[in-house]
Amino acid sequence: MISSTIGIWNYWIVFCLMMIGLFLVIGRKNFLKKIVGLAIFQTSVFLLYITFGKIKGGTPPILNESIDTIYSNPLPHVLILTAIVVGVATTALGLSLVLRINSEYGSIEEDDVSSQDLLDYHDDIETGKNLGLKFKK
Amino acid sequence: MIDILMKNLPIIVVLCPLMMSLLVVLIPNIFFSWALTTLSTFLTFLFSILLYQEIQIHSHISYALGKWMPPIGIEYIIDKVAIIPIIIISGISFLATIFAYKIMPEEIEKKSISKVYSLWLLAIAGLLGLVTTGDAFNLFVFLEISSLASVALVAMGAHKDKQALVAAYNYLIIGAVGATLYVIGVGLLYGVTGTLNMEDLTNRITDLKSNRALIAGFGFMIVGIMVKAAVFPLHIWLPRAYAYAPSAVSVLLAATATKASLYILARILFSIFENSENLINNTLLFVILPLSLLAMFAGTIMAIYEKDIKRLLAHSSVAQIGYITLAFAIGTKASIAAGFIHMFNHAIIKGGLFIAITTISFYIKRRVTINNLSGLGREMPITFFCFVLCSLSLAGLPLTAGFISKLYLIKASISSDGIWLAILILISSALSVVYLWKIIEVMWMREGKKIVKKENPTIYISLIIITFLNIYFGLDASLVVNGSFEAADKLIGDL
Repeated sequence: MISSTIGIWNYWIVFCLMMIGLFLVIGRKNFLKKIVGLAIFQTSVFLLYITFGKIKGGTPPILNESIDTIYSNPLPHVLILTAIVVGVATTALGLSLVLRINSEYGSIEEDDVSSQDLLDYHDDIETGKNLGLKFKK
Repeated sequence: MIDILMKNLPIIVVLCPLMMSLLVVLIPNIFFSWALTTLSTFLTFLFSILLYQEIQIHSHISYALGKWMPPIGIEYIIDKVAIIPIIIISGISFLATIFAYKIMPEEIEKKSISKVYSLWLLAIAGLLGLVTTGDAFNLFVFLEISSLASVALVAMGAHKDKQALVAAYNYLIIGAVGATLYVIGVGLLYGVTGTLNMEDLTNRITDLKSNRALIAGFGFMIVGIMVKAAVFPLHIWLPRAYAYAPSAVSVLLAATATKASLYILARILFSIFENSENLINNTLLFVILPLSLLAMFAGTIMAIYEKDIKRLLAHSSVAQIGYITLAFAIGTKASIAAGFIHMFNHAIIKGGLFIAITTISFYIKRRVTINNLSGLGREMPITFFCFVLCSLSLAGLPLTAGFISKLYLIKASISSDGIWLAILILISSALSVVYLWKIIEVMWMREGKKIVKKENPTIYISLIIITFLNIYFGLDASLVVNGSFEAADKLIGDL
């Protein structure tokens, strides 16, 4: 029982990281912290894939002469290279959005931002004023 | 030359907008960048028509990317199912691009317009890649290409209204979580089957009927895709993203983005897992069916109480997606065909409605809310005529495209002993008349101030074409109906 639990400790780490990441994304009100949570969440998936690829006693997948070499599976590594690129792009786009939000709203706390939005929204609907006055002509 | 083109058609459809997006970003001139975008979307549309003709002959095209043979290499599969979203995406994006010419400079800074067109093409390429690829991981890459590009496009609305930034941020976070869940699912499937090719997955899944990792992987994939397709409780990103995006972008996204993901959902449910009948039947009955019913009513009721017209249309999109997933959930051949029919019809209906609303906001120079629509019906007759026709189509009145999809949906639900489903569909459609009538009443019956001088015919081309399509496919729907039935036939075989 214990050995089988410890034997898959990689998966436990993946699981913990995944939950930490997801908790940060859902539970935090700070836009920046959410992005950090997202990055952790994605990293846990990378670890999951890498763990799949490992075979007990397997060597790195480089062709050698001896016949009975067991190779680890290289495909998950390649997939994760792609996924890392996607993750970096997501994080970069997210951070640049946070930057713009900070310069427009003066805050990156969700409560501040959404209270400003709500104010604007009700102003617009009820009075009909300020509607899209930033339209350029 | 022609021969090479025809042989490589499946990848050219994706590469055409992808490569052009790299070119467009280099052109600073507004007109030329628009012209090149139009050209490339037109070519893409042309290629997808060619592909459609090819499909009529061969019925299944498998293309090995880089001559690496499947299942090891990445395979592109085009069959009678995939061709429907391909035609929808390429056709609507062409119309939306024509329409964007007048609208874009109005809402976006001049210097960033060519970059916007580049992102625009990138989003289209991502969506097309999503539906053509036959490799589960490649699908994730295209999913992210399209969603990152559309997030950036939504954020461009910040020039007009800063709320676009928050909308884009939410879209990014929720979308990225969804895509990551999908990757977890693919990883688990890869762990138990050792393959990423979809057809190969289907075969290997058959041997592992009740493997737990398989079921978990299925769950992750479905939830991930449902986030992207905005199925009811996972739709929160959609109304804001559509409402605050630049208007042309709203047209593009509303008509195409969720359709691609819905197609993937159908593909996972009925193609990859076609042999795990228990799992699929339980998922359809206990997950997809209740959620679709909730979506139909929640979306419609939200739309009734909404005052901002773009948001209203976005909420109504949630309800319409509910109809499509409901059709999938019934799970018979007729109902899946009805789902595809509605997928097509909803694309042209929502495209038309968003184009009409955008045209109005182009003239009144402000956000379109229920209050500032009053009396405009008499001042802008062409726009409102088209708007009313598309609205009738959305509500499902006879002689419009919307009627055909409702007809087949109700027929399918009755023939599978779901009279109560048919009744619920009818109630929901009747409720949708409430919010549509609310708009029509304000614009025709009330007195308004004279704002609009005269209508400019150039921006009506897309609107008139798309309204014509709504009527045409209401009168003669044989093309769509036959295509959808063939697709359903291909998806669930002889079941």
